Amino acid sequence: MSQQAVARTAGASAPAVRLRTAARKRADWRRRRLVLFLMSPWIVGFTVFFGYPLVMSAYLSFNHYDLLSSPRWVGWANYHYLLSVDPQTWIAVRNTLWMICIAVPLQVLFAFGIAVLLVRAKSGAGFFRTVFYLPALAPPVAATLGFVYILNPATGPVNTMLAWLGIEGPLWFQSPHWSKPALVGLGLWGIGNTMVIFLAAVLDVPQHLYESAALDGASPLQRLRWVTLPIVSPVILFAVVLGVIQGLQYFTQAYVAASIASGQASQAGDTLNALGYPEDSTLFYPVLLYQHGFNDFQMGYASSMAMLLLVVSFAVTLVIVLNSRKWVHQTVPR
Amino acid sequence: MRKRTTAAIVLLAALVAVAAAAARSVHGTGPTKITVWAGWSAGHELKVFKSVVAEYDRKHPEVTINVVGGIDDNKIVAAIRSGTAPDVVSSFNSYNVGNYCGSGGWIDLGPLMKKDHIDASLFPAAPRYYTQYEGKRCALPLLADDYGLYYNKKLFKAAGIARPPRTVSELAADAKKLTVRDKSGNVKVAGFDPVVGFYENTPDRWVQQFGAKWLDGKGHSAIGKDPAWAKWAKWMKSLVDWYGYDKLVRFQAQPIDEFTPSQAFETGKLAMNFDGEWRVAFIQHEHPDLDYGTAPMPVDDAHPELYGSGYINGTIIGIPRGVKHEAEAWALVKYLTTANHPLAVLSNGLRNVPTTQSSLTSKEILPDKRFSTFLKIFANAKSGTSPILASGQAYTNAVQRFFQQYQAGKVKDLQAGLKNLAKQLDAQVAQAKGGGGVP
Repeated sequence: MSQQAVARTAGASAPAVRLRTAARKRADWRRRRLVLFLMSPWIVGFTVFFGYPLVMSAYLSFNHYDLLSSPRWVGWANYHYLLSVDPQTWIAVRNTLWMICIAVPLQVLFAFGIAVLLVRAKSGAGFFRTVFYLPALAPPVAATLGFVYILNPATGPVNTMLAWLGIEGPLWFQSPHWSKPALVGLGLWGIGNTMVIFLAAVLDVPQHLYESAALDGASPLQRLRWVTLPIVSPVILFAVVLGVIQGLQYFTQAYVAASIASGQASQAGDTLNALGYPEDSTLFYPVLLYQHGFNDFQMGYASSMAMLLLVVSFAVTLVIVLNSRKWVHQTVPR
Repeated sequence: MRKRTTAAIVLLAALVAVAAAAARSVHGTGPTKITVWAGWSAGHELKVFKSVVAEYDRKHPEVTINVVGGIDDNKIVAAIRSGTAPDVVSSFNSYNVGNYCGSGGWIDLGPLMKKDHIDASLFPAAPRYYTQYEGKRCALPLLADDYGLYYNKKLFKAAGIARPPRTVSELAADAKKLTVRDKSGNVKVAGFDPVVGFYENTPDRWVQQFGAKWLDGKGHSAIGKDPAWAKWAKWMKSLVDWYGYDKLVRFQAQPIDEFTPSQAFETGKLAMNFDGEWRVAFIQHEHPDLDYGTAPMPVDDAHPELYGSGYINGTIIGIPRGVKHEAEAWALVKYLTTANHPLAVLSNGLRNVPTTQSSLTSKEILPDKRFSTFLKIFANAKSGTSPILASGQAYTNAVQRFFQQYQAGKVKDLQAGLKNLAKQLDAQVAQAKGGGGVP
């Protein structure tokens, strides 16, 4: 190509490149607008129902706010009262920790155990899967009502049957020693959702791994330990994280059980004294937060409790996830 | 073109102005619509309240009143915050007066009362106290509850007890005589159930019978200093221990819910019960054949002069902030709370105590020997109530929690526990005022 031709080509291509670039930018902008448009329901929902309340909670946690007068800045006073003065804080923290440390491992073990047993079922697998999953469909309030009825110390079928055997049954939801175990029982009964996830994970374990292990002389227990567990370990992590977060937010069952067991549910909406019944044994952190925010009208203080709960939830989840690198089997090579 | 546009705009503006004036005129000549919120939700109770308001409505053509029942404090607070509060609000919870008055959520009725020459002394001391906070009166009492002893005459006769107990020693002795246990020692019939939190057994109601003080001269908690608190707690625990705490809890676990026809006193499972005046109506509706009597609550043996008095609290009524028709709202509040006729009709219908001094002796009040016990308790000058503080019901709840722990045997050193409780209560009030728990 002659020098003249090159110069002509170069002269013609510069505007063309600019045009192409502008067109590309316009296309990019259109794409972005489309993405934004498609995401807008989520963005609006997130901003209105999560972002704004989160920011406001953070702000109100530094204010005295009784819902009726304007918020008044008090600095760290709410946090000071929460952590070093309020005697109920540590009772609620202790109860919540108890629930997380006892209920979550039990729920994971129970769900995993049921899943393993269901996989091994030779016949009626569908029936048993349905039976174990069904309780998960019961609304938490209805399930709790049912449990309080079944475990009524005086008239409930469980204690009636124990009495036939000459055993005086426990006071269950009326006893500070038995109320939390009774709630754990309720949680185990409704473990269907986690069980189904475990079931899918156990069914997903490649059969050839079991066959190889069997050829190597591994016993069923060893196959469970060295084949099944590593493969389902990501699901265990998921169940643990979910369980801990749910444990930190444990409210409905505790609220309903305390109201019914204390015999105050029939008072027109006045379950105020019942929260934590009996003897604060069911006073979990979210229950206390609700009490301060909606019964005592101390929304600034309740906001500080909510912010602390948020920070602790993040921290605990982070610790679990970081720690999980040691025991969660990575199937995808890095 | 421009002229025509200008003319059109002027014409449109004139039309709008005429329409607005017409609307104002229509609005001004018709009756003012006001709305009243009340806590009563049960069909019968709400009907009684509506009938009283309807009577007022008929006599006052300048207003039409809409009554909404089933209202609780959460709804009231939410409505005030959103600017959608009705003209008149009432609440069952007199403990929250501190919140309503302190925040200005309910308007100060003082100037309105002064203008109409209404003196608060027309109410007895206790309701006069629990409808104000730090001297600001933002509520008035609309019927009251007071508490006394219900006793089963048939069981008393069978146990050879001639009259209801007047002191707590007599109460404990009678309770033991009246209690029936099965072979395992489980309580079949309780003479009296002293567990704090059972039915209406709360510390604030009980300590009244021991003459205990809530606050000292500086407004701090007197619970750690006044020996009456420890005296009551020890007496209560000794009776609980006689039954066995677990035995009482097992007794309470039966289907004997307080506001159902299977309530233990109504069904003869409880020989004596500490209860509010409303139980008279409940028994009348649910177990009219029950042979029972009422009496003032027994008192500390060392304070016989307190016999006849009791604990009082009750429904409060006020006008929320941002009210649209203040004059009409005040006229209705004034009628409901200060006139004898509506108070008597409400008292007869709901079997609650009418709240003015003069209405107690109104000829309109239906005579009932059992109910009259509560009218006398209300009129007794020594009757009292719990403190109205910034922390509202959280204050008395904290006290109740402490004594529940004590009864269950979780508090080893009562006096030290009471001192610590007093500190916590002072901190709680300071926190509710925005001081971070520093009194």
